Amino acid sequence: MNACTTEFQTGGQMPPDLFEAERPRGPIALWVRHHPAIAWGGGLLVLMACIALLAPLITSYDPANMTPMLRGKKPSWAHLFGTDMLGRDVFARVIYGARISLMVGFAVAVIATVMGVAVGIVSGFFRFADTIIMRITDGLMSIPPILLAIALTAISRPSVTNVIIAISIAEMPRMGRLVRGVVLSLRERPYVMAAQAAGTRLPKIILRHILPNTLAPIMVQATYICAAAMITEAILSFIGAGAPTNIPSWGNIISEGRAVWQLRPYLVFIPAVFLSITVLAVNLLGDGLRDALDPRMAKRV
Amino acid sequence: MLLNAILKRLLATVPVLLGVALFVFSLLYIIPGDPAALIAGDTATPEEIARIRSSLGLDRSFWVRFAEWLLQILHGELGTSIFSGMSVSHLIGQRLGPTLSLMSLTLVVAIVVAVPMGVLAAWKQGTMLDRLTMMGAVFGFSVPVFVVGYLLAYVFAVELSWLPVQGYRPLSDGIWEWLRHLILPSVALGGIYIALIARITRTAMLEVLSQDYVRTAKAKGLGQMNILFRHALKNAAVPVVTVIGIGVALLIGGAVATESVFSIPGLGRLTVDAILRRDYPIIQGVILFFSMVYLLVNLVVDMLYVILDPRIRY
Amino acid sequence: MTLLQVEDLQVHFRTPTGVVRSVNGLSFAVDRGETVAIVGESGCGKSVTSMSVLRLIPTPPGRMAGKILFEGRNLLALPEDDMKAIRGNEISMIFQEPMTSLNPVLTVGQQICETLRLHQGMDANQANARALVMLQLVGITAPERRLQSYPHQLSGGMCQRVMIAIALACDPKLLIADEPTTALDVTVQAQILDLMRDLQKRLGTAIVLVTHDLGVVAQTAQRVIVMYAGRKVEEASVDALFAHPMHPYTQGLMDAIPKLGSSLGSESRTQLAEIDGAVPDLRKPLVGCAFASRCSRSTVLCTQTMPMTQEKASGHWVACHHVESEKTP
Repeated sequence: MNACTTEFQTGGQMPPDLFEAERPRGPIALWVRHHPAIAWGGGLLVLMACIALLAPLITSYDPANMTPMLRGKKPSWAHLFGTDMLGRDVFARVIYGARISLMVGFAVAVIATVMGVAVGIVSGFFRFADTIIMRITDGLMSIPPILLAIALTAISRPSVTNVIIAISIAEMPRMGRLVRGVVLSLRERPYVMAAQAAGTRLPKIILRHILPNTLAPIMVQATYICAAAMITEAILSFIGAGAPTNIPSWGNIISEGRAVWQLRPYLVFIPAVFLSITVLAVNLLGDGLRDALDPRMAKRV
Repeated sequence: MLLNAILKRLLATVPVLLGVALFVFSLLYIIPGDPAALIAGDTATPEEIARIRSSLGLDRSFWVRFAEWLLQILHGELGTSIFSGMSVSHLIGQRLGPTLSLMSLTLVVAIVVAVPMGVLAAWKQGTMLDRLTMMGAVFGFSVPVFVVGYLLAYVFAVELSWLPVQGYRPLSDGIWEWLRHLILPSVALGGIYIALIARITRTAMLEVLSQDYVRTAKAKGLGQMNILFRHALKNAAVPVVTVIGIGVALLIGGAVATESVFSIPGLGRLTVDAILRRDYPIIQGVILFFSMVYLLVNLVVDMLYVILDPRIRY
Repeated sequence: MTLLQVEDLQVHFRTPTGVVRSVNGLSFAVDRGETVAIVGESGCGKSVTSMSVLRLIPTPPGRMAGKILFEGRNLLALPEDDMKAIRGNEISMIFQEPMTSLNPVLTVGQQICETLRLHQGMDANQANARALVMLQLVGITAPERRLQSYPHQLSGGMCQRVMIAIALACDPKLLIADEPTTALDVTVQAQILDLMRDLQKRLGTAIVLVTHDLGVVAQTAQRVIVMYAGRKVEEASVDALFAHPMHPYTQGLMDAIPKLGSSLGSESRTQLAEIDGAVPDLRKPLVGCAFASRCSRSTVLCTQTMPMTQEKASGHWVACHHVESEKTP
């Protein structure tokens, strides 16, 4: 029978460490290292927002100003991105275009979230409303969102507001479903039932117990809705069902550049890159938020 | 037993379709403003507006018109185009081929590419491969479909001239011609779909790989491929298949833009033209058609669950 | 005859909050056909030890050092392919949660036959026949039907029997059981332990049984190893350990077992005895004896120097600076 015949001969001390010690890092660097998505996504988004807000300071050109003499000029120092086929400065249009996309994105995210939360809470708490609402959302969700937005914009006057409303209606069912799911699962929790048993009124229960727990998934979903809204707006503008043509939305600019894209590809690609970067930033932010807020993401060791 | 379940589910989709039909139909009535005037345009004469109004049925009672329309649909007639006077069903039938080709090719390519990608990323979690794959997925998610389309067209068609810039050839022209014209559009359309599927596959696989039964499989000395595909993937299949079904909605929406970029004469182009002319009956018909397709696809997905997971029985 | 010999095993994990030193210099041996129990509370490193024998520790966050000799071969130095040939074949393992340890989308039969076809090269028919035999061996009724069952159709006890069947299908020399009965009802627990004892007699498999329950140890093991904070603090035969526990931690464990009628005695104990203090944080490097802060006998020596294991009685090893020779529980 064999027991520990070999033992660490280091005379009563712990055996050596198997891992090298980590370099100590400052708090900010550590945070960035652990949350790269939020750092990059949020940073890029803030950059885009600044560009949008400070547009008049960045460029002196008026995006709607047509100068037929300078039609179709290639990029130069006078016109950083050249001019489009109506003589408008592309740089100015792209910079002002940021305003449209960001505005649509945020507005849709906020509206869809508010409507979705309202619907989700009503649906989660009241059984009879639930069945009706679920049927309606099933129906809405079975229509591909872009087609739904197209249907709504096709029969109304072209305007950015209508685009926002249309996309909000298309994205709202998903948020409603999400909130409903959270409410349903929370409703059965002991502390909620205890609050109900103690006679707490419903609005207070919702405010105090339910809403705080829905904040995390709502925030994450809202960022995804924002990204989807920006893309949808661009596609709508691209196919002519979105913002009116005089407004410099990135989708519009690309749509206008379509006709000559093989000769002047930059008319299509420059707004495309701006759009992609913005959407990418929002998606990264959403991913980062989800990873940071989801308690299950903690790795099991 | 299974047939019973399928029939029950099919029956359940009918009310949803009815709801969609009601919604799409009633939009014309509930939107503020006069849709007939809008459709006719700013330069229309009162007679034209009246003509459009009567052809849309706006001059008659809502429910009467709705019932008539439903009856029409049951006979396979989805409406009449304001612009051309042709039957909407006929138009859809004409344009169905190219769209169906594009969507099915994209579906197959996406699944074949994305699922292994997700599995690999999950297996090599934390490594450079995983990070690159997921970065790629976020990009695929974020770059709009028509941007990818133009990019691909520029590089492969304009600059390198390997593939045609636009157009569509039906299968009857030969399978290689058919494929050649669909490669770029499929990749463009599939980008977002691949990104979505790869991400979900990876997430689902990570969840599964941390389960006890995977540890047991390893303790039995099974090979890595066996564990990944026979033990793990089968368990991750349910959320993956779910997202493949839901993603069809993205395919449909993206097809609209892709067909514009590559000038493919499909349903997407039909819709775009209808938008420009505000030919609402066509839009109505297309929406109803696509919703039905989407619901059917998800029905198939639900049925697949039974095969994939023995715990699910209807 | 020594089957398994663990020498100076170390397992550390790098986590976001620091390096966790799960196992710090553990050495023990297992002979053919004997049952060795590893006892300790949660976090003492016993499960990590059991998993490191089959190299199931994920090595990106973890790192292992030391030697694990199985029939003379160092398992920690073996190429992965050779390791796969040993897993499920010469060394098998069963786990704590039987219901989640079986794959829900594969039938019981498929899961048993897998190892048979892989390691023994059997074809489908042979494998099925042997699987049937195994199910009968572990006491499952209507085995032909059970081969086609899915895990969610079985109870916890039946799942664990199936796990045992899978583990013993290829007639391994060593079975590692990581808390096999912890998740089961007490009556089922007794049945499974009986089954394991019975199978060991019949097949001659050595068993390493990891548990926190001293009752289980008393029922099944021949030798016991007590672990604390990643190190072995005491090792003895079952009888010797229960009769004369020498390490203060072991004595504390024995005292903490509730005894029937203890509140009726003259001491009128109305509270359960417990060991003061808490398990040390394994992320901090330990100096001296890990148990020192909770020990009634600790001195300055204990806080500075880690005690080495010494043989205090025949076959009875203790790691303590102040071993008292006689203390009856």
